[in-house]
Amino acid sequence: MSGEAVYAEASVKRAGWWALLGFGLLCLLVLVPLMERLGLWHILLLKDYNTRLVVLSTTLMGTACGVVGSYLLLRRRSLMGDALSHATLPGVAAAFLVLVALGGDGKDLGWLLCGAAVTGLLGALLVTTLTRLPRIKEDTAMGIILSVFYGFGVVLLSLIQEMPRGSAAGLSSFIYGKTASLVLTDFVIIFGIALVSLVICLALFKEFKALCFDEAFSASLGLPVKFLDRLLLTLVCAVTVSGLQAVGLILIIAFLIIPAAAARMWSARLEHMLLISAMMGAFSGWMGSTLSATLPRLPAGAVIVLVASGLFLFSLCFGINRGLLVRYLRHGRLKRRIERQHLLRAAYEILEARAGSTGQERFIAWPELLARRSWSPGQLWRIARRASDADIVERLDSRGLSLSPEGLAAAARVTRNHRLWELYLIEFADIAPNHVDRDADSVEHVLGQRLTRQLEQSLPEHLRGGVHEVPTSPHRL
Amino acid sequence: MTWYPFDTWIVVIGALSAVACSLVGCFLVLRKMSMMGDAISHAVLPGLALAYLITGARASVAMFLGALVVGLLTAFFTQWISRLGKVDRGASMGIVFTSLFALGLLLIVRGADHVDLDPSCVLYGSLELSPLDTVSLPGGLEVPRTALTGGLVLLINLAAILVLLKEWRISAFDPSLARTVGISPTFMHYLLMGLTAMTTVAVFEAVGSILVIAMLIVPPACAAMVTQRLGSMLIVGALFASGSAVLGHVGALMLAAGLGFNGASTAGMMAVAAGGLFLFTALGRLGMDRFRRLSADA
Repeated sequence: MSGEAVYAEASVKRAGWWALLGFGLLCLLVLVPLMERLGLWHILLLKDYNTRLVVLSTTLMGTACGVVGSYLLLRRRSLMGDALSHATLPGVAAAFLVLVALGGDGKDLGWLLCGAAVTGLLGALLVTTLTRLPRIKEDTAMGIILSVFYGFGVVLLSLIQEMPRGSAAGLSSFIYGKTASLVLTDFVIIFGIALVSLVICLALFKEFKALCFDEAFSASLGLPVKFLDRLLLTLVCAVTVSGLQAVGLILIIAFLIIPAAAARMWSARLEHMLLISAMMGAFSGWMGSTLSATLPRLPAGAVIVLVASGLFLFSLCFGINRGLLVRYLRHGRLKRRIERQHLLRAAYEILEARAGSTGQERFIAWPELLARRSWSPGQLWRIARRASDADIVERLDSRGLSLSPEGLAAAARVTRNHRLWELYLIEFADIAPNHVDRDADSVEHVLGQRLTRQLEQSLPEHLRGGVHEVPTSPHRL
Repeated sequence: MTWYPFDTWIVVIGALSAVACSLVGCFLVLRKMSMMGDAISHAVLPGLALAYLITGARASVAMFLGALVVGLLTAFFTQWISRLGKVDRGASMGIVFTSLFALGLLLIVRGADHVDLDPSCVLYGSLELSPLDTVSLPGGLEVPRTALTGGLVLLINLAAILVLLKEWRISAFDPSLARTVGISPTFMHYLLMGLTAMTTVAVFEAVGSILVIAMLIVPPACAAMVTQRLGSMLIVGALFASGSAVLGHVGALMLAAGLGFNGASTAGMMAVAAGGLFLFTALGRLGMDRFRRLSADA
């Protein structure tokens, strides 16, 4: 990247940070008085025992899902959580049936979770097996596992419903999640699984990173790719199963996808992405469960997901890596730079055509410029005014413009880059001279210093003469 | 195990719905959007809830329209987020459908607390009970309402596919070629999404969501392994779909009879039957491949 581009990138990012800061202040201004009025502080600071468990559990859940989900997102497998969580249903039902057959009451949380984990993991592993079949892509494999396993679960549930002893009522609440009725055991399970998966993710950070970005390369490095892949699926499965109760079947899927996708808007570095994703997951868990505990008739799972999607929308707009605002600004900057360079080159070529006029007479009339390119008078005027703000254009009036000395030097540089690239294409890519103008036009704006130097070295015979060492154009202008 | 006319109707309704789904599903599988059916069937909850809260009646036209609109919105949002935000399509699908589902849940709990509106049993139909709700045709024939729905959806899908067969074929396999020969891939994409949304909503309102999700994916996947041609893929997919409907109901009856129960979920069993057929097809295909390789070696 050239120095100019680095500078532009930095200032774009700065604009993003300012937008974030402004939004944060606005939120504080609105939220603080609102929370005072609702008595939210009482709950936010966990003074209430009933809500303490719920809030802590969902926050932990969000953290763990944020981290594990980031890896899933980078491996383009976000919907694996969807397939996996549906695949837990037959496990729950089967565990229930087995427990009842053995004479228990069937609602032992630990065994039900184990059943869920077994079929969930089986489903996830089968997805990777199915993709090896001819013409079965990953999305199809996930869909097959999801629907067939879920269908089997529905069949088992329909049998359970007819059983005299064990009513299926407890089971359906198990699937849909009852956040408000979490008890200490649930919290311990969630805490343990979140902690273990976080530790594993951090301990194997480098290996997972390699797996996410280039699977074939990591295999060639000797990393146990298959093992890592299965380990990741196991982590997803563990987090999903432990979260089934906390946020429910559908909503755990959101927890695995949304914070990670939002974090990707903020950073391209995996370390930062994991951190941001974990924080977003934690924040939505904390905020969502707090809101649902404070206000009447707000289901916690749904509120958590909506908070997370709000965060995603915000990140989509203002994220400083891929957010729409930053990309819009970046695009605008690039567009303006290209326009300015077009103006400069057009001006240079006009001046060049007048023999020996690089000294005093630098005035160029509008009709001359308009004839060079397909730009409208309004467009050209806008570009020229921006150039005069940047001290490239000295004089600007209704008849035309004249370049400043710096502008002239810049114009020479732009033209030089353009022609060097044209010459390079003619010499090394065997492109006809009357075809190279277009091709060079799309490349000249992004030529960095190093590339220019390489071009100079490979085309030394063209760089003789002239004040700025601009080679003559290889084609008619 | 005894077979009543009732059972025949269940199989017919299941098969009509399954074939309707598998026709659309072939294109979803080819365009790598298999999970769209699952996403739409979850995402339509706010549409159903709003329509229910406004009209106050279940199984109304308003509810179908509400679901259809939200189903289409799901497709639009998914496309927008994945294009604008450069998000992986699976992820953007996940973001959209979970958010919409959460919104629907919130609407139901906030708006209809006094009404027991459990999405799994009130809003989604059940295949076992569907033959009970009949309408009489002009010829004096009593036909279940859901059979008509399934048949209608099947006819619409069939018509859309047959009329635009060439366009479907080109845009399914090569979107950029489609653009050069003057077929708008965007239009075809949204037409496909529209058909998917309509099929999904109509079928799950009639016979439950599990049947839709399974039949959109599994029979087309079987067909994709059997044949390379689009036309035969559509036909083979339809055969697999109706096969799993028959096998599923028979399986449900046998399972229930074998274990001493009154009945098992037919829709669930149809999904399992489709999975079984898929397993057989996969094994058959692998066996064929090995046989071919061996005979080529010999």
